[in-house]
Amino acid sequence: VKTAPVAGGDVWSGVWVIVEYLNGNVSGVSWELLGEGRKLADALGCELAAVVTGYQVEHVISEAFAYGAEKVYIADNSVLKDYRTEPYADAIVKLVRKYQPEIILCGATSMGRDVFPAVATQMQTGLTADCTVLEIDPETKLLKMTRPAFGGNIMATIQCRTHRPQMSTVRPRVMAMPERVEGREGTIVREELALNDADYRTKVVEFISATAKSAFLDKAEIIVAVGLGVGSQKNMAVVEELADAIGGTIAGTRGAVESGWISHDQQVGQTGVTVRPKVYIALGISGAIQHLVGMQTSDYIIAVNNDPDAAIFNVANYGIVGDLLQVVPALTAEFKKRLQNGAAK
Amino acid sequence: MHFVVCLKQVPDTSEVRIDPVTNTLMRQGVPSIINPYDAHALEEAIRLKEKVGGKVTIVSMGPPQALEALKKGMSFGADRAILLSDRAFGGSDSLATAYILSNAIGKIHEEDPIDLVFAGKEAIDGDTAQTGPGIAQRLGFPQITYSIKVREITETTITVERKTEGGRQVVEAQLPALLTVEKELNDLGYASLPNMMNAAKYEPEIWSAQSLTFDATQMGLKGSPTSVVRIFAPPVRSGGEKIDGTKDPSGTANALVETLFKENIISDRPLAKGGKI
Ligand SMILES: Cc1cc2nc3c(=O)[nH]c(=O)nc-3n(C[C@H](O)[C@H](O)[C@H](O)COP(=O)(O)OP(=O)(O)OC[C@H]3O[C@@H](n4cnc5c(N)ncnc54)[C@H](O)[C@@H]3O)c2cc1C
Ligand SMILES: Cc1cc2nc3c(=O)[nH]c(=O)nc-3n(C[C@H](O)[C@H](O)[C@H](O)COP(=O)(O)OP(=O)(O)OC[C@H]3O[C@@H](n4cnc5c(N)ncnc54)[C@H](O)[C@@H]3O)c2cc1C
Repeated sequence: VKTAPVAGGDVWSGVWVIVEYLNGNVSGVSWELLGEGRKLADALGCELAAVVTGYQVEHVISEAFAYGAEKVYIADNSVLKDYRTEPYADAIVKLVRKYQPEIILCGATSMGRDVFPAVATQMQTGLTADCTVLEIDPETKLLKMTRPAFGGNIMATIQCRTHRPQMSTVRPRVMAMPERVEGREGTIVREELALNDADYRTKVVEFISATAKSAFLDKAEIIVAVGLGVGSQKNMAVVEELADAIGGTIAGTRGAVESGWISHDQQVGQTGVTVRPKVYIALGISGAIQHLVGMQTSDYIIAVNNDPDAAIFNVANYGIVGDLLQVVPALTAEFKKRLQNGAAK
Repeated sequence: MHFVVCLKQVPDTSEVRIDPVTNTLMRQGVPSIINPYDAHALEEAIRLKEKVGGKVTIVSMGPPQALEALKKGMSFGADRAILLSDRAFGGSDSLATAYILSNAIGKIHEEDPIDLVFAGKEAIDGDTAQTGPGIAQRLGFPQITYSIKVREITETTITVERKTEGGRQVVEAQLPALLTVEKELNDLGYASLPNMMNAAKYEPEIWSAQSLTFDATQMGLKGSPTSVVRIFAPPVRSGGEKIDGTKDPSGTANALVETLFKENIISDRPLAKGGKI
């Protein structure tokens, strides 16, 4: 292990998840990672810990236990009030140097992809970005990190053999959400970090909240997604009616964004959002790889396309070959019938 | 002011595939382009130069072929171009790449102090988004990633809107600083005729490992803590039923909805719109 020498010697043990607490909320990906971290910790026979950094974040501790952490390291400090690279990287690096975890994970979000490269550089260790599969090699006990590259056209498995910690970021909604068990307890380690605001060269001037639509796309249970096959702005009305009938959120392809039918925040894919809803209804979407990487882990995919050879059918659980202008209104009518008979208000 | 832009030459990834037999990348004949995010970084540097005066230096690490990307960059109005090219750089992961680039940028900074370094949000081939922050750390510059708007630049500070999941975070950083940029930052301009003519004549500088004070253990394969142990084609999700809906749309819709309820994929309770989980 080549990483800079540390006080405790060369023993690196434990799996850590860095909990992302932004603007009053914990990002779902942090809990997803505790679920994934549990499996890794079990395979290694080591401890699973959550690292909570921020200001006035005491209440996050019990949540972390509920999602499976055995230990919580907490650094509660007014300097960490808003997310900023420098103090967050400092806080994480201080903890990592002191306690020497073997593996640390963070969401591949605007925070994780900002702070983790800084931490990895300071620790002089490797970092694997945007992983979709994490597993422990049964023989070497090394972390095998699999990630898409080249715009999702290839997958690569990456290892960090001789440096510690082994680090990776993981995209939101790629790993499953673990079960939340109320009342679980564990060890709390409170760290008084000497962080001094004067040392940092950035300040957060303000935060402008995004529209509800875009902020919550990755949390929607049903997504009705549109592609160029929708044909015109006028036809969006047909789609919106379906979305309304089933409580779906509208999203779509880059083609739909470029046509002005939806906003950029609603774009799903490589250069948009990754989603993992219960149901993804793809209307007039060809299924380009850059789109598929953002939605192919959805639980159930329905596709409507008039081209029987469209690639979207290769990932769809249920495909309807046909003109969406005929199929969608028929679907809306059927859903309305069913949902009116049911509990819907 | 002095602006430095990191430009990576990348294959057009929409045309890269895996050879199903050998499991290697098929790159032959795939056109090379300037990494799209880096083009926006360069555009912003040039706009800032036009506004506050100064110069733009572009830097790329790569094989001699990357000279093309630098020449293209010159045609958009950069003033100086440097290619970092050496066999010893090959196989670098993002930690080693950031080491090499920061070393060169550090040298430029000594000769001609830098106010702002730009990098793309990510490269469309490696896709890690780690090189920019790695360079900032090594240079000791504050970083602002996911930049979508430069609000203000003064002699000593820059104020930038950065994109986050919940909205825009507006950050002020002291200069010198490093920004990584999104495409929303600006619309790309065109190369002017005089700039194109200058670029045609211009010979970028080529720096090898010898031109810098490098620690050989920190670059190339040796200096890379991560290693790619396997590459393969993405798993294909197998398609399920495919039904012809052209003849009887209502019947088809009915069958699908029946299936969804029977298999409890959608239940009779009202479902949550985004956010209310
Ligand atoms: C670097 C890069 C990044 C990218 N990032 C993204 C990204 O994040 N997200 C994204 O979505 N794309 C992205 N793209 C673009 C992507 O490659 C595709 O071009 C895009 O996804 C195609 O959109 P589409 O399916 O709407 O359009 P098309 O490919 O044109 O497909 C339209 C489909 O509609 C069908 N159709 C037409 N009429 C009807 C009808 N009446 N009824 C039913 N079906 C009909 C057609 O058969 C066709 O299959 C990216 C590309 C690149 C190079
Ligand atoms: C399949 C595959 C997977 C990989 N996965 C990882 C991984 O998980 N972790 C890891 O550390 N390495 C990884 N690498 C190696 C990584 O791609 C290279 O280190 C690469 O040199 C830099 O990373 P990037 O392409 O991700 O660039 P990014 O970090 O995404 O690039 C961001 C910005 O940095 C600047 N930049 C990057 N490279 C250059 C350059 N050569 N010249 C000028 N400017 C540049 C550009 O402005 C660019 O927009 C992987 C490589 C492959 C082939």
